[in-house]
Amino acid sequence: MSNLLSRLACVGAFVVLSAVPASALESKPTPTVEQRLAAMEAYFQNTDPAAALVDANGKTPAGLTTPAVGVPGPGHNTWMMLSAAAVLFMTLPGLAIFYGGLVRRKNVLSVLAQCLGVTTLVTVIWWAVGYSLAFAPGGGALGRIFGGLDYAFLRGVTSVPNCAYSPWVSHNVYAMFQMMFAIITPALIVGAVAERMRFQAILTFVGLWMFVVYIPITHMAWGVDGLMNGVWNPHAAIRAIDFAGGTVVEMASGWSSLVLCLIVGKRMNYGKELFAPHSMVFCMVGAGMLWVGWYGFNAGSAVAADGVASNAFLTTTLAGAVASGTWALAEYFVRGKASVLGFCSGIVAGLVAITPACGFVNASGAMLIGILGGVIPFLAVYKLKAWFKYDDSLDVFGVHGVAGTLGMLMTGLLADVAVNPNLAGVAAQANGLAKLVNNGLWIEQLKAMGLTFLVATVGTALVAYAVRAMMAVRITPEEEHSGLDLSEHGEEGYIL
Amino acid sequence: MKKIEAIIKPFKLEEVKEALSELGIEGMTVTEVKGFGRQKGHTEIYRGSEYTVDFLPKIKIEIVLNDDLVDNASNAIVKAAKTGKIGDGKIFISTVEEAIRIRTEETGDKAV
Repeated sequence: MSNLLSRLACVGAFVVLSAVPASALESKPTPTVEQRLAAMEAYFQNTDPAAALVDANGKTPAGLTTPAVGVPGPGHNTWMMLSAAAVLFMTLPGLAIFYGGLVRRKNVLSVLAQCLGVTTLVTVIWWAVGYSLAFAPGGGALGRIFGGLDYAFLRGVTSVPNCAYSPWVSHNVYAMFQMMFAIITPALIVGAVAERMRFQAILTFVGLWMFVVYIPITHMAWGVDGLMNGVWNPHAAIRAIDFAGGTVVEMASGWSSLVLCLIVGKRMNYGKELFAPHSMVFCMVGAGMLWVGWYGFNAGSAVAADGVASNAFLTTTLAGAVASGTWALAEYFVRGKASVLGFCSGIVAGLVAITPACGFVNASGAMLIGILGGVIPFLAVYKLKAWFKYDDSLDVFGVHGVAGTLGMLMTGLLADVAVNPNLAGVAAQANGLAKLVNNGLWIEQLKAMGLTFLVATVGTALVAYAVRAMMAVRITPEEEHSGLDLSEHGEEGYIL
Repeated sequence: MKKIEAIIKPFKLEEVKEALSELGIEGMTVTEVKGFGRQKGHTEIYRGSEYTVDFLPKIKIEIVLNDDLVDNASNAIVKAAKTGKIGDGKIFISTVEEAIRIRTEETGDKAV
């Protein structure tokens, strides 16, 4: 049974179950051994156990259930809790320490504070309406872009799986897993405006940006009725595929970073002083943490401990390792030396590039993405930034924007149905995605990329100008010189 | 031969350096220093404990130059380093008896 049919059946089963009056429950029918076995086998197939209870007419008899229905599957649920924790670990401390090492010592605490501030802010937004607007069914035309308010304040988001997203993972675990993505995405943007933006202005920006950019892109790409959710929405207008966040996380943060750093302006003395990283040791430690956390991010995006997750684990490893060496090699040819910063940047760029592809491409595809994911972001960071002279402090656009865009396109070219049968699943058959795989899927990817680019750049510009109208966005030159740690947070990273 | 010692706010160093370069001044020595004048320190609170900050970070620039450049140089420093707020710093000018360039052993004005 295909995943989608089973998902729909699951929803139906719950409606039926909840509508059963008390009198009917007393004489509820018992499942056959075959039905109970089929429900348990669904656990191994990552399909809906309630599908085993459907009779010949396609209906579930009132009150019929098995102990396997309506509970999380231990293995899948364990993996998703660990994955969610791994994705949070990417931000705290992974990204924080990676960025912390890359700034000057007088600003190390400011990026840590910004990562912490984003984490707490996004958690509150996600609890209130963020999760609901991103992942509740939308309905109607606007519903392709925003979800509804069904899950506002995490109402009804319990340990019972939500079959729209996974038949075996608790809904509350899924909501937390997705929250970690919602945290790391704006935390990435912090790097583009590091060392000069006011703390209050960053948090205000992020609070608005979540609604204008992150939530709509997330609902479109991954929401059950999202506009460009080619794999799971049978009515998707754009039949695009994005396994772990090439649009949602990487393109959204990368392109927003470029626009925001242009609006905020360059750091004082940009181009006159060397803004060297104050601790390459921290940077390397952070990059390693990001890599480890990325397994939760990529393989976890299967929302199951299944074969698709296994493949994503493999492709993530290959692309990250290959891009790291490729970047360092490119640096060796251009500068005559391979640097630790080069290896670390390559790791991140490769992992970004494989993000949308990891659950759709095979090992050969991952190697190719790894090579391109090392070379092209390298050129963006070394050449593009020099030509256009924008001050993207920690190369968020050069790495996440460029590699994310590249990865989305490569996913369209290299997707392999043998790796992920959902590419020919019921929704993919219904919306036509199944026919597009290896046959023009990259055009659908371009549409999704264009839409993401528009939402991210226009949305960021609107939000950034709104924040600038409300408050001072930059710290004063004197504060910028003494560092944000003292001027914004009243403490120092190192007292030696 | 005179020596100019200028104590300025750290974030003004780049502007002062550029202003002096425009006058054709070819060298200077810069030191990160701490001190206070009439600006004094101030009190801060961290985790409930009050403490006073007596010495504030400043930059000291030292330049030795020919007598005819001194007025222009000190004016340039004042112009570039001034914010109008307390704590802008001071300039001290003194006479230097001799200068020797180590590499060539030149002395006097030629060594400056």
